[in-house]
Amino acid sequence: MTEAIERPASAVPPWEYASAPESTDIVRLDDRYGLFIGGEFVEPKSGRWFPTISPSTEETLAEVAEADAADVARAVDAARDAAPVWRALAPAERAKYVFRIARQLQERAREFAVLESLNGGKPIKESRDVDIPLAAAHFFYYAGWADKLEYAFPGRDAPRPVGVAGQIIPWNFPLLMAAWKLAPALAAGNTTVLKPAETTPLTALLLAQVMQEAELPPGVVNIVTGAGETGAALVDAPVDKIAFTGSTEVGKIIRRSTAGTGKRLTLELGGKAANIVFEDAPLDQAVEGVINGIFFNQGHVCCAGSRLLVQEPVFDALLGKLKDRLQTLRVGDPLDKNTDVGAINSRAQLEKIEELVESGVEEGAEIYQPECLLPERGFWFRPTLFTGVSQSHRIAREEIFGPVLSILTFRTVDEAVEKANNTPYGLSAGIWTEKGSRILHMAQRLRAGVVWANTFNRFDPTSPFGGYKESGFGREGGLHGLEPYLTFDGGAR
Amino acid sequence: MTDRLEVRRTAKLYIGGAFPRSESGRSYEVTTHEGEPLAQVSQASRKDLREAVVAARAVFPAWSGATAYLRGQILYRVAEMMEGRRVQFEDELADAGAADPARGVSASIDRWVWYAGWADKLAQVVGATNPVAGPYFNFTLPEPTGVVGIVAPGDQSLLGLVSRLAPVIVSGNTTVAIASERSPLPAVSLAEVLATSDVPAGVVNILTGRTAELVPWLASHMDVNGLDVTGVPDELLADTERAAAENVKRVHHAPDADPFDEAAQSPYEITAFTESKTVWHPMGA
Amino acid sequence: MVGVSQAAELSPRQPLEPVATASEAARIVARATAVDAVGLEGRAAALATRSIKRDSKVWALELAIRCMDLTTLEGSDTTGKIMAMCAKAVRPDPLRPEVPGVAAVCLYPQLVPVAVEQLAGTGVAVASVAGGFPSGLGPLDARLREIAGVAAAGADEIDIVLNRSLFLGGRYAEAFEELVAAREAAGSAHLKVILEAGELGSYDRVRQASMLAMAAGADFIKTSTGKISVNATLPNALCMMEAARDFHRQTDRRVGVKVAGGVRRSKQSIQYLVLVHETLGPDWMTPDLFRIGASSLLNDVLMQLEKEHTGRYSGPDYFTVD
Repeated sequence: MTEAIERPASAVPPWEYASAPESTDIVRLDDRYGLFIGGEFVEPKSGRWFPTISPSTEETLAEVAEADAADVARAVDAARDAAPVWRALAPAERAKYVFRIARQLQERAREFAVLESLNGGKPIKESRDVDIPLAAAHFFYYAGWADKLEYAFPGRDAPRPVGVAGQIIPWNFPLLMAAWKLAPALAAGNTTVLKPAETTPLTALLLAQVMQEAELPPGVVNIVTGAGETGAALVDAPVDKIAFTGSTEVGKIIRRSTAGTGKRLTLELGGKAANIVFEDAPLDQAVEGVINGIFFNQGHVCCAGSRLLVQEPVFDALLGKLKDRLQTLRVGDPLDKNTDVGAINSRAQLEKIEELVESGVEEGAEIYQPECLLPERGFWFRPTLFTGVSQSHRIAREEIFGPVLSILTFRTVDEAVEKANNTPYGLSAGIWTEKGSRILHMAQRLRAGVVWANTFNRFDPTSPFGGYKESGFGREGGLHGLEPYLTFDGGAR
Repeated sequence: MTDRLEVRRTAKLYIGGAFPRSESGRSYEVTTHEGEPLAQVSQASRKDLREAVVAARAVFPAWSGATAYLRGQILYRVAEMMEGRRVQFEDELADAGAADPARGVSASIDRWVWYAGWADKLAQVVGATNPVAGPYFNFTLPEPTGVVGIVAPGDQSLLGLVSRLAPVIVSGNTTVAIASERSPLPAVSLAEVLATSDVPAGVVNILTGRTAELVPWLASHMDVNGLDVTGVPDELLADTERAAAENVKRVHHAPDADPFDEAAQSPYEITAFTESKTVWHPMGA
Repeated sequence: MVGVSQAAELSPRQPLEPVATASEAARIVARATAVDAVGLEGRAAALATRSIKRDSKVWALELAIRCMDLTTLEGSDTTGKIMAMCAKAVRPDPLRPEVPGVAAVCLYPQLVPVAVEQLAGTGVAVASVAGGFPSGLGPLDARLREIAGVAAAGADEIDIVLNRSLFLGGRYAEAFEELVAAREAAGSAHLKVILEAGELGSYDRVRQASMLAMAAGADFIKTSTGKISVNATLPNALCMMEAARDFHRQTDRRVGVKVAGGVRRSKQSIQYLVLVHETLGPDWMTPDLFRIGASSLLNDVLMQLEKEHTGRYSGPDYFTVD
């Protein structure tokens, strides 16, 4: 059988990337998900449920329990009851549980990736190649620490778990953030109550199934779903430690709530990172770095390179390249393997982005957006550049948490440092130059916890991550990420 | 007995390397532990505190940018200068009611020496190169947090203060310290030692005055990055931590160890006010 | 003459002239934009994962054929071998006359007359390597004579090599002068300059060599001779395309890019086309500005086309081997 092939007559190539959607068949969703407490999914005492949707279609995917203070208390009790069991395990055995989780995540990676993109709106390319593999790698990395803790902090005797950790995570990297929180806590011998973000609970609940499959002792990991009130209840609950990733605003509220309680606290908060391009930079790779820095995960990244500082001699060249590159970004179906920019995570977030972009236009910055068709349903925002931005504009100061880049210029190294550091945040920074000594000089002077030189938005379980100033305190990842989950004889009060 | 009249020392604040009186013109009386009048001491105001923070911020780039070797040498120099004035410190500790003033002074001097030695070792102990899964060189270094406020313990007026100061500044932080309210004179003498020990002006600023009056201003100051609350009275601690939330200050309380005990000195007292900075760079030809 | 191919006639384009002088060669090299290896390789790898629509795929596979320089560069090449290859070049799939012919055949100088005769009027061009291929280290006058000779023999396109000895030795002006002399010797034939990226040691060098060759008037810059262990790679090709993009911005001149060596599977050819599309844009997706030098690739592309037409996977026995 031969099909007739229509041969394009025009000179313009019919070059289209396939809509190559990942099949969602791999994901089997229940209609309803209860709270994961004591190793079981249980009905919420609150009696309340809320829908969780796909931001790319606005379709409801499932209903999820809303935990109230009584539910949170039940989860904390379960974690408290499990604590002696978990810490009494031989560390090598504890390690093996965490290894099991890592392996099971790898085994079910595609399912997790599809669900992450469905529930959160991020491109499958990213959930498949970044979020899920990194989440598994985190468990794998920290698993190995469980029976080696005494080697981690020289001169400190008898590392012990802190106890019960309350962990509150954001919606931008739902499973990965769960891994960042759970892996070190479990390896160090803590038990936990995890609260996923309101809009993206599903992969955490799938992770709960993985915990069951790994035969993790009941109560070691508990997962309570809900919104801000559930998080507040967890902060106020009798836990020994709070670990929070989210906005600086909420971070400050948590800090105030825990004041005087003696609860240990780590905060990983917002950012407004400078990505600094010098005139001698490898420009084409810098373009990729800038694009990746701000459009990765729709810009829903606390360490996003949202302020581009360009040395004046290459401003025109770089801007031209950026605009060209922006035209090639594919915005659309998160489940399409060719999609570069997916859906905005929620209507609320979309409105916030729209409001800030409007302020940029009103304050006189020049906006540039590529022509691209956006789907009719769902939450979408065009990749956006602003030029003519000054440090005083809101779009240069406030975290937009969306696909919006503010471009500023500078003349000298000192000016770049001054502008980069001129923010209450201090999470990350980028430097693009071929001059090694300048990289080290800049890396030293930038007040940021992560400095990417000639690259951006790289993450690894062995690499500590966390901020200076109002971007929070404490580190996640690496040996440094263990410290918040351990206590020592004679240690700090 | 001679007719010569003693020249008394005026106990003043230490801000930006200078010894001003409080801008408020206030002072308060300090007595021995037995209640005998000892001296009038400047009572710092919130405006003095503000000036001290400005001084500490101004010198932060230079002090944090100095080589670790130089910072170590300067801390050691502080020990040398204290040794030379130990009689004065012993007298002041005796007035403050110390059971064994000589022991307190010795321990304080030794503490400077101990922390001086950490300056160029800390990064080797708590830094790391991280074997990331990709073609990148990745390393983590401790860096100073910035301007750190210190509320020195009310007792142990010398060793308590030195035990808080030395770990804060050895890594490159600058500081505004509130001295023991009851026994501020050893702190004032320490300021005079610091002023002559090559410690750059503004690296350490010492305020005497009313702890309860000054702490809220220090805790809420938006240009202070960290706060050592060891000397904050328990009843003020919650409010202090709440105020510190406003700019996400790192808050630290020293271990509940006897300050003479070896456990009271630790590199982890230094890292309480350091930030881990991680740097990535591709490895490619 | 073996028949008229479906290949679109290559548009007649004036050969390019140098845009610089030898005295500027060192500056051209020094000012070439730096390249970060890890970033470049990462971008190339990311683009390699793009999948294209089925309709586009047929078009892309046919484009791969239309952009192909069907190549044989063996010491054992004979008149018979070249005649067979020319037939294949004009009509790659005898059972499907609608399949287009390739852009050119590429061969050694001595065999140029055979191909010229075979391909006259077919629309398939004759390309010859020349200028002391593959090392380019013979006497300059002999190399130039060889270039002029194949041009006189009727070659439409001439693939020469960059003098890596001069280039890597920092003698940029001399390397540049050689290219300009080759440009002159080639007359009206199109000049493709082979950088032999696998010998240059870094992407910075690939980018510098690209800029130098383009400034010297190359119509095409080409990755490899196919004679060393490192052939065309996606990052090398991407690096050269980025250079061509910058050169176009700077001079408004479109220079073609040819990947050669090691491209055997149709999947690879699609990956290179994705690079072209994403880096240089649709304007470059023509045999005038993009070529793939290959031999065994053609049958693999035909096999894929067959699969697109029939929905079945095919096998090598169903395609002619020449």
